[in-house]
Amino acid sequence: MKRLKVIFVVAFVLAWTLSASAGTLDEVKARGYLIAGVNGQVFGFSMPDEKGEWKGLDVDTARAIAAAIFGDASKIKFVPLTAVQRLPALQSKEVDVLCRNTTQTLLRETTNGLNFTHVNFYDGQGFMVPKKLGVKSAKELNGATVCVLPGTTTELNAADFFRKNNLQWKPVVIEQTPELNKAFFSGRCDVLTSDVSQLAGHRAVAPNPQDYIILPEVISKEPLAPVVRHGDDQWFDIVNWTVMALIQAEEFGITSKNVDAMLKSQDPEIQRFLGVTPGLGAALGLDDKWAYNIVKQVGNYGEIFERNVGPQTPLAMERGLNALWTKGGLMYAAPFR
Amino acid sequence: MDSSQTVASRPFHPKEPFWLDPRFRALLFQALVLGAVALLAWYLMANTIANLQRQKIATGFAFLEKEAAFEIGESVISYSAADTYARALFVGALNTVKVAAIGIGLTVVLGTFIGIARLSSNWLIARLAAVYIEVMQDVPVLLQLFFWYALFYEMLPGPRQALNPMIGVYVCNRGLIVPSLNPHPAWRWMILAFTAAMVASWLLRAWARRRQDRTGRPFPVFRTSLVLVLGAPLVTWWAFGFPRAVTLPELQGFNFVGGKTLSPEFSALLLGLVLYTAAFVAEIVRAGIQAVGKGQREAAMSLGLRPAQVLRLVILPQALRVIIPPLTSQMLNLTKNSSLAVAIGYPDFVSVANTTINQTGQSIEGVALIMAVYLFFSLSTSAFMNWYNKKARLVER
Repeated sequence: MKRLKVIFVVAFVLAWTLSASAGTLDEVKARGYLIAGVNGQVFGFSMPDEKGEWKGLDVDTARAIAAAIFGDASKIKFVPLTAVQRLPALQSKEVDVLCRNTTQTLLRETTNGLNFTHVNFYDGQGFMVPKKLGVKSAKELNGATVCVLPGTTTELNAADFFRKNNLQWKPVVIEQTPELNKAFFSGRCDVLTSDVSQLAGHRAVAPNPQDYIILPEVISKEPLAPVVRHGDDQWFDIVNWTVMALIQAEEFGITSKNVDAMLKSQDPEIQRFLGVTPGLGAALGLDDKWAYNIVKQVGNYGEIFERNVGPQTPLAMERGLNALWTKGGLMYAAPFR
Repeated sequence: MDSSQTVASRPFHPKEPFWLDPRFRALLFQALVLGAVALLAWYLMANTIANLQRQKIATGFAFLEKEAAFEIGESVISYSAADTYARALFVGALNTVKVAAIGIGLTVVLGTFIGIARLSSNWLIARLAAVYIEVMQDVPVLLQLFFWYALFYEMLPGPRQALNPMIGVYVCNRGLIVPSLNPHPAWRWMILAFTAAMVASWLLRAWARRRQDRTGRPFPVFRTSLVLVLGAPLVTWWAFGFPRAVTLPELQGFNFVGGKTLSPEFSALLLGLVLYTAAFVAEIVRAGIQAVGKGQREAAMSLGLRPAQVLRLVILPQALRVIIPPLTSQMLNLTKNSSLAVAIGYPDFVSVANTTINQTGQSIEGVALIMAVYLFFSLSTSAFMNWYNKKARLVER
């Protein structure tokens, strides 16, 4: 009996150690669904709608990963994370991937043990103020009180900007986005600073959106990308090429509507991309229909953009830097071969 | 089961093999438990270090010397974004000490007051106190903080429409802004005079007590001390010729410049913590007073002591023995609950440490620092209270 116990304990410890070293793809497959860390509080990027269904550009990016792995975009669980929680949650394996408007920086990629995959949104930090203050430029913000989220690149950029321009300011740092927005919209702060896309999102759900303007200065580069842990190359490849597949599909003109017809395309590039000619999926450790499944179930990058943040949505954002490289933007996928 | 009884009931027989000796067994099991704990600690440490290395996450406290590069809303000492993480964390720790120290002081006063009110023979006062205690204890403290904070920024006007109840005093959603005294050497001397008067009062009390024990003649210690403590700083102020130059706050651009500001974040946090914790302290005070037998009061009265003397010399010293230990834990609760500050934007230690963790990615070191700092706060509070408890304890002769 006692010996049995010892064997059991040893087996348990061994199994634990072994399972800890298995790859993320195997873990996700064994679990049967993907766990994605999202913001959960930014309209247009990740927020549940009134029916409780997750909506947004980051959410759709994460769904594309689930579609690539399982051929089923619904095999996914979303975990809302604050700016402070997000990186430790990924490091400690609470989530498989972070699709949460997180800025790629050198220190995060090195000392934090993370890897950023292909950018899914090019952004920059801006300032939003009430129109009635009559401010036209961020240079006029001397003495202002500024609402800002803690633990973000935003917090650092704002400090840099005010230091560089020799302006006095006072931060109000609140962890939960809804509380922070309430403080700003009720006038506790003069300024709300964040990535321009997020400011547009917050303004869209403000009590009186027309009372606020976003100042013209964009004070930083914020390449937002999904994040995975260091040291799992296969998993990195899957997330990286999923984002690129979304972009490539738009470049090929493949949409969720015409993807079935495209299967009959004579273009060898499209045949390879959609898995009619096998090989690419297998190289990633996935089904050869992975890209087909992504586009069929989630759409291409253009469709995701239009659906969540484009001109037809309350955010009314232009494609700008997020247009395809063929249309003057920065969205560029490496060759699928 | 009491182990000493076991040992006593089973005296050691030399013929018995040593592993049946209860003393040996007691030692053995303790050594085993200690070994197991050490092994577990070693396993956890080794595992953590290995995992960090595998993920290439930097470790160590070297980041403390780096430039923090983020701004902090309010601080007791001077701070700018160009200072180090170590200084930023120190600023956060001082902010926590500030809110905890003022909060504990106010809580004890308010809690005692409500606890006595709860026992009042006036039906209305007793009911009101009871309702207060029930409501405050039943609503989670985080919700109360949100409530007070929202009250500040929803109810009060912006700085340009600030209320101006007195010359130089403004109330708006940026806080309470009052005139500040201009720097003058007199202020430091007044603080010194005040401290000296406090020490003198303490010595006076000791002397008066000795004299009363010896001769039976009482001395009006309280009144004399009051004169000393208030008088000494005033005389100092007079000696410097009543310096009273102040800087009036002035609306400049977005905000008030000059003067001292009591921020809505600090006020909301202080108010929420004090009102919440005072309800618990009130119940402790009530229990303490009720624990003193009715006969004690009657006996004291029959000796001819005045009601205030009965309370001070007979009831409170006995009640304190019951009150102090749970009061200590309420003080610790208040200190720990102050970490909810991050929800309403007050830059306390946890808030600053969270930002530090996020900017540097040094979670383990950051959390270790948080644990160490709160452990220090808790241990020093309880060390002081244990010392006080020992003094207030019933002296058995």
